[in-house]
Amino acid sequence: MKEQLQKDFKNIIKNLNLSQKDIEIKKFCLDNFIEKGFPNRKEEDWRFSDLNQIIKKNIGELSFYCDYTSTNKVDTSVFVDGLEHNKIVFINGRIEKIDFDYEKKNQIEIIDQSETINRFSNNNSLSDLNNAFTNKCFKILVKKGYQLSKPLIIYHTFNSKIWSKNINLRLDFELNQNSSLRVIDLFNETSEKNFLNIFYNFDLKENAILKNYKLDKHENKNVKYSFNNIEQDKNSISETFILSSGSNFFKNEINCNLNGKYASAFVNGIFSLNKDKHHEIRTIINHLTENTKSYQLIKSVLEQSSKAVYQGKIFVNPQAQKTDGYQLSKAILLNKESEFNAKPELEIYADDVKCSHGSASGSLNEDSIFYLMSRGLSYQQSRELLINGFLLDVVEKITDSEIKNLVKNMIGIKE
Amino acid sequence: MDNRQKEIDNLKDYKYGFSTDIENIKAPKGLNEEVIKFISKIKKEPDWMLNFRLKAFERFKLLKEPNWQKPKYPKIDYQDLYYYSAPKSMKNKPKSLDELDPKLLETYKKLGIPLQEQARLNGIAVDAVFDSVSVATTFREELTKHGIIFCPISEAIQKHPDLVKKYLGSVIPTTDHFFATLNSAVFTDGSFAYIPEGVRCPMELSTYFRINASNTGQFERTLIIADKGSYVSYLEGCTAPMRDENQLHAANVELIALDDAEIKYSTVQNWYPGDKDGKGGIYNFVTKRGLCKGKNSKISWTQVETGSAITWKYPSCILKGDNSVGEFYSIAITNNFQKADTGTKMIHLGKNTKSKIISKGISAGNSDMTYRGLVDISSKAQNSNNYTQCDSLLMGNKCGAHTVPYIRNKNSESNIAHEATTSKISEEQLHYCQQRGLNPEEAVGLIVNGFCKEVLQQLPMEFAVEAQKLVGISLEGSVG
Repeated sequence: MKEQLQKDFKNIIKNLNLSQKDIEIKKFCLDNFIEKGFPNRKEEDWRFSDLNQIIKKNIGELSFYCDYTSTNKVDTSVFVDGLEHNKIVFINGRIEKIDFDYEKKNQIEIIDQSETINRFSNNNSLSDLNNAFTNKCFKILVKKGYQLSKPLIIYHTFNSKIWSKNINLRLDFELNQNSSLRVIDLFNETSEKNFLNIFYNFDLKENAILKNYKLDKHENKNVKYSFNNIEQDKNSISETFILSSGSNFFKNEINCNLNGKYASAFVNGIFSLNKDKHHEIRTIINHLTENTKSYQLIKSVLEQSSKAVYQGKIFVNPQAQKTDGYQLSKAILLNKESEFNAKPELEIYADDVKCSHGSASGSLNEDSIFYLMSRGLSYQQSRELLINGFLLDVVEKITDSEIKNLVKNMIGIKE
Repeated sequence: MDNRQKEIDNLKDYKYGFSTDIENIKAPKGLNEEVIKFISKIKKEPDWMLNFRLKAFERFKLLKEPNWQKPKYPKIDYQDLYYYSAPKSMKNKPKSLDELDPKLLETYKKLGIPLQEQARLNGIAVDAVFDSVSVATTFREELTKHGIIFCPISEAIQKHPDLVKKYLGSVIPTTDHFFATLNSAVFTDGSFAYIPEGVRCPMELSTYFRINASNTGQFERTLIIADKGSYVSYLEGCTAPMRDENQLHAANVELIALDDAEIKYSTVQNWYPGDKDGKGGIYNFVTKRGLCKGKNSKISWTQVETGSAITWKYPSCILKGDNSVGEFYSIAITNNFQKADTGTKMIHLGKNTKSKIISKGISAGNSDMTYRGLVDISSKAQNSNNYTQCDSLLMGNKCGAHTVPYIRNKNSESNIAHEATTSKISEEQLHYCQQRGLNPEEAVGLIVNGFCKEVLQQLPMEFAVEAQKLVGISLEGSVG
């Protein structure tokens, strides 16, 4: 792999117009990655999902160079109907389109950051990989007091042109005071066996509101990793919703730093898995100052030999008095082969706090099924009704009604 | 009220902190094959035992000291320790208590553990372990009547080699983790109990561990076997003198429950916790594991952890037999600069197995407390259930309380439920108690006792009273 990495790295550098300093930073990151390799189960954060093995099993040999010189045709058929939205379109990792047609032009700035800024400190070799190979990094800045009228949908589209490739993406968002933004990540692919490595950074200033929905519904055989870093200032609110379903492997990581008083973070997630899919959500909520709040709800429905992992951590700093932290994960195992692993963690250094977590896993309640069947539903109908009800609980947490409906349609929940 | 106040005053300092001035025989300092051979020789062990130790030592040389735990400690120099220390008078084991060194008798009297049977402790048979040897075991005759074997493990190795050979290392193999393997190589003494088929042990069995010599590691090994349909309740207590340096205590405890057998294992751990500035104290790195080998067997761990500078232990149950039950009840209290990383592992292998975990952690002062646990339901363990509850109470804003549960469910017919909370004593509760005439310390004591009650209930009577007092004392000075 080392030779492949070095060869592809040279190709990347050749096509980019970078200063000597930037090349050196990238080179440094590359060397770090070569030394550490893909994370494996020996690392505590990856003990339930050995990425090294997963890539070997699902993809085999990876190559890291993608030709970004030629443009791809944007296929408008993938666009979401019935919801007016702004767009960023990635095709095979290349940004093809950025359009904020519905917004006031002077309130949003799109800054091309070609230099590498290494701000991720998640001690994980994937951020090195990302830094070394990202070719373009945009920063989207929402100005003070501006609230986007329509949501932004980021299309991650992959077609069959690419195969066994590693694709690295990077986006930065800055939401200034009193601004708000809704972002939907929509994964859409006809490609197979690629490894996506996505890093987002969100910077929320005072009173800013961020809503991020990650929707991975389309069946595909790709391996994905996504890392969100969220910095929150006073009174800001972040809401993250994850629908984890389509890919062969998907690990979503959320790292949220509540730096300002009264900041709050909400993370809600659904695993709906079948076949031998293996998905993970890992959250770290750092309560760094007083009067902050976090709420997490993760529900899983696991069929066949699928496997879901939830690692959630609430960290409370000694200064963070009056913290309110809550975390709940529930799983329904529908098949003998399915597996659910959880590690809900509390690390608390302040005494005047209210923190709790709960985790439960088990089978569908036979009594409930009996109840429904005795009222005339078939076994299949009763089962569906129960599962829908179970998942609806999480979907209802979505505070945006338009997007809530979109998600409901997507997973086929009828009311 | 006066009596209680007096009691508390008496107990305010670590009252077990004295040391007994007694002549010792020690093994040469350091850890090597010679020392292991020395220990084996002085205990007059057969060859197979020596081989067991040497095999463990070979393995130990390959292992690295773990460092994933929360409480970090300065590096221990394993070559700078004595691995064997025994009172000189114990070289030729006294045949009866009358021949026992009066100093030893006095020590145990001072600790509140009279060894003379006439001063019997409400029918509790005691095996008293002093540094590296067992000095006395009480009530042996009466136990023998029932066919129960209760003796120091070094004696069992000689007298009951078949049983020891069959079960020693069957739950904690010599290839286990760092400290367990170290123990397998150098263990000195401990208790051995065998309850024959169908016998319900008529009294509580108990071991009292005392570290006296300085610069010594204590490595005991306890092995309890409950044969088919038998029942035993076993108690363990520990104390050590106050010293400025840290001392290592790395014991192994193995429990085996065969068909329909039940073992109840209770610990009140009160090793010297170090002084107010965190100087000195025992490193309590203990491996405890029970195997529910037979059908319908049950193992229940109850622990009250108030002592030690660092407590690092996870009493575990391997639920191998169908319908077997594992339980874990724990109170851990840390104050001043104490640190604890404790919890349990419940490994469900058999069908219809059940486990229950109740853990209560209280941290005060500058201390740090972690609950770390694993619940693993394997794909063959159909219809298994687990319930876990871990609550933490924080007193003061310099301490920490952490919860790190690992939950693995590989069986769709099994259920796992886990809940945890962290909070402090609410002002309302305190106010309510004070309004009714309790002073703040008493009010906290009352609330804490209520918080712990679920676990205290599980202890045998005599222990429960002692534990309740301990809970109050460990938190002295942490209010206000």
